[in-house]
Amino acid sequence: MRYVTSVGMEVHAELLTKTKMFCRCPNAFGGEVNTRVCPVCLGLPGSLPVINRQAVEHVVRTALALNCQIAMWSVFHRKNYFYPDLPKGYQISQYGETNPIGYHGWIEIPSEDGENKVSIQRVHLEEDTGKLMHLPGGKAGVDFNRAGVPLMEIVTAFPPDIHTPDEAREYLHYLRLTLIHLGASDGKMEQGSFRCEPNISVAPEGSDKLGTKTELKNLGSFKAVSIGIQHEAERMISTIDNGGELHQETRGWDEGRQISYPMRKKEREHDYRYFPDPDLPPMVFDEEYIEGLRAALPELPLQRRKRYIRQLGLSAYDASLLITDDPGWAEYFDEAVSLGGSPKLICNWMNGDFLAMLNEEGLPARESSVSPAHIVDLVALLESNRINGKQAKEIFEQSFKTGEKPSDIVKREGLEQLTDESEIRKAVKEAMNQNPDAVQKYKEGKTNIQGFLIGQVMKKTQGKANPEIVSRVMTEELER
Amino acid sequence: MSLVSLSVSEMRSGLLNREFSAVELAQAHLDRLSELDPSVKAFVTVDPETTLAQAKHAQARIDSGDATPMLGIPIALKDNMVTKGMRTTCSSKILENYVPQYQGTAASKLESLGAVFLGKTNLDEFAMGTSTEYSAFFATRNPWNLECVPGGSSGGSAAAVASQMAPISFGSDTGGSVRQPASLCGVVGFKPTYGRVSRYGLIAFASSLDQIGPFARCVSDAIDAFESVMGRDAMDSTTIEASYDASVARTPALNGKRLAMPRELFSDDISPDVRAVVRDALDAMSNSGAIIEEVSLPIIEHGVSTYYIIAPAEASSNLARFDGVRYGLRVDGANSIDMMTNTRSAGFGKEVQERIIIGTYVLSSGYYDAFYAKACQARTLMKRQFEEVFTKYDAVICPTSPTTAFRLGEKLDDPMALKLADFCTIPANMGGFPALSLPCGLANGLPVGLQLIAKSFDEEHLFSIALATEEVLPKIGMPAIA
Ligand SMILES: [Zn+2]
Repeated sequence: MRYVTSVGMEVHAELLTKTKMFCRCPNAFGGEVNTRVCPVCLGLPGSLPVINRQAVEHVVRTALALNCQIAMWSVFHRKNYFYPDLPKGYQISQYGETNPIGYHGWIEIPSEDGENKVSIQRVHLEEDTGKLMHLPGGKAGVDFNRAGVPLMEIVTAFPPDIHTPDEAREYLHYLRLTLIHLGASDGKMEQGSFRCEPNISVAPEGSDKLGTKTELKNLGSFKAVSIGIQHEAERMISTIDNGGELHQETRGWDEGRQISYPMRKKEREHDYRYFPDPDLPPMVFDEEYIEGLRAALPELPLQRRKRYIRQLGLSAYDASLLITDDPGWAEYFDEAVSLGGSPKLICNWMNGDFLAMLNEEGLPARESSVSPAHIVDLVALLESNRINGKQAKEIFEQSFKTGEKPSDIVKREGLEQLTDESEIRKAVKEAMNQNPDAVQKYKEGKTNIQGFLIGQVMKKTQGKANPEIVSRVMTEELER
Repeated sequence: MSLVSLSVSEMRSGLLNREFSAVELAQAHLDRLSELDPSVKAFVTVDPETTLAQAKHAQARIDSGDATPMLGIPIALKDNMVTKGMRTTCSSKILENYVPQYQGTAASKLESLGAVFLGKTNLDEFAMGTSTEYSAFFATRNPWNLECVPGGSSGGSAAAVASQMAPISFGSDTGGSVRQPASLCGVVGFKPTYGRVSRYGLIAFASSLDQIGPFARCVSDAIDAFESVMGRDAMDSTTIEASYDASVARTPALNGKRLAMPRELFSDDISPDVRAVVRDALDAMSNSGAIIEEVSLPIIEHGVSTYYIIAPAEASSNLARFDGVRYGLRVDGANSIDMMTNTRSAGFGKEVQERIIIGTYVLSSGYYDAFYAKACQARTLMKRQFEEVFTKYDAVICPTSPTTAFRLGEKLDDPMALKLADFCTIPANMGGFPALSLPCGLANGLPVGLQLIAKSFDEEHLFSIALATEEVLPKIGMPAIA
């Protein structure tokens, strides 16, 4: 029997804000334990939360970017449960179908023949918990630096639109890039600021029901997500094929052994006793605020990708090199393209020599001495055949060091490429006259000696001659 | 005349005219406290050293020409108001040794105004009760009769003012916890509009109902106390910037005022002696030109049951933070959840545990709609019925408590009777309305309170009516102990 895999995805992203969600402690990563804490985020008796507007704005913008409906009246709920890392005995979160700041949206992801839509159920705002730490002697401690950090939860719709590990990976990739380009999150998986938990089920092809699902935890990278989903789907299919039974459960991913293992069975849904948090007034948005934010949204990664491929003629691969974790990279490219010049050549130069130099120096593009105008200048010199590729490399290197415009370098050093055919012919003839042996060998059939002769011409012209013209003229003269 | 019997305005002029010093005033109250508190048991924590240091500081400010209204005035705070460096227990074993690291907004305002802290007063554990008998430490006595309860949950604060151990004290009112003990102890008690006074630093019982309010021996002193803590606070997003005209508040006015008398609060649920004293008070007010008319607010009948769903629901969540992880009592266990269970079982008293269980139940899936959601609807309805009355009347007038002070232990076996003690006070919390109780007479030697309820943020007119009413009511004097 053939099976269809379905994957739902729950993503938690820590938001880039100055302060925590409900207090004025700084929102940062790492550092000495329990140093970024106050009565509010420690849940001291009598303390009260106050909503962080910057966090709300990040979520509204994300919801708009994900084509969500916006709840014009949205409340915070208390999610009640006991755990040592949860200071108040409840997490301030958002509950309900149409109450979360964003609901019923979608995101596009690339597919083989264009784009697929992945439906989003909700985008809501909540607070992060503290972190349990194991101490010597079997004891445990809690670091509350993370407690109260603003957290956005993004959940895909049911039934899921994602059916393959690759789609899951593309979804996470574009969702993460979207958050980064919005400036809503830094998306750092290794620091836990972007966490994903897929739930996976398999069902016979054509079935209108989904199978029993498992939730997969501890996935530390996108690669782990796609391998984990693949593995989990295969495990489920072989269990069914062997007459076994699947349980709704949470499984952990063992990165070392590349297998999933059972963490806990879900016998019943935990009753979180959600109710509206009486300490917080409802968030009431007006049309003007929402439309203002919508209008100010930047171009999103997938829109940009479509534009690069369909309007600028770049390959999918080139587009992916430009649309990265650094939105400034694509903006740099866009600026260069707007100044004129071939997008393909600009892209090549940016992702070739320029990127290598930046990486070596550990510099962002904007902080280097090369501006988009420099790149365009260089590309124009190349396109008009005024310099050749070898010269371009040297010029660019100089330009990177000094910030001098490539065309100025060319002028100053007289590096302009020699394209005057009569001059080149003169040099070719000279080379042939000075090397009669080589000419003789050519005539005897050793045609590859031509390379030697071309080298002589280049030497004579200090490497400035256009190699294509040299080669053509040389052949003409030898065959004469 | 003893310093402790003065009103706040008399104390203020005495201090400014150098008739006595802030230190003498504080010492007089500390002496009074050591004399009477062993029998009244109003205070959980006193710290004479801090009190006298604050008094000295206040005197220095007076000497430098500062005339801030609360400068040098001794006050007492209910022990659910967080005070930095001063033990704050909620009269619970779970916080018995808890010393807060921060100052609550009300305490902070009072401190900067130069008030002198006498100490922290007893309450029903976590403010859950109507007699202060549910304190985990000891029961407070009613100064009018030491065999009787002072009411609750702010019984300590009420008894402290009634026995002249403090001219002003603060309590918190969730379902009547300021007004009902004020009524039983024969003092003025005021619950401000919800959102008028910051709750930052008030250890939450039911967040949507809690409000800090003052006790005083006269309306004018209560106004002083209220004005020193009111105002929007950036730390409490449920506070609201609303206008308040202090000069209107200080102008007594009764003639021509329209007062609504809800039939349901003069029914057989109210004891006949209370009804009789309140009726006499209404007559006196009518004689002074007040227009008093009977109205019907049938939703009042559902007040107690609505309250005993909403308040425990919020409390079950508010009290979840007392888990032994970060502060307060910790009783070890095999794992963290066991530790929490052991801590909470040992740290919370029976009444608190019962309310947590009720609250957990009414919020559980499958029961939420039938209980919590329905109670919220009833609450909205109650608010609307009162608001409708406020379109035609300046205030609602009624008894504060269905009975006078009852004997200690008398109702402990009858929890429902204890809960009915809030019958007349709950509506103001449900609607968020400001409400004031003032003594209007004695029944069998025990005080009876008259309650005035106004529309939200109309404190100024409520005070104006209360000041005029106070003038026409018989003076009940002081308890014999004082
Ligand atoms: Zn904090």
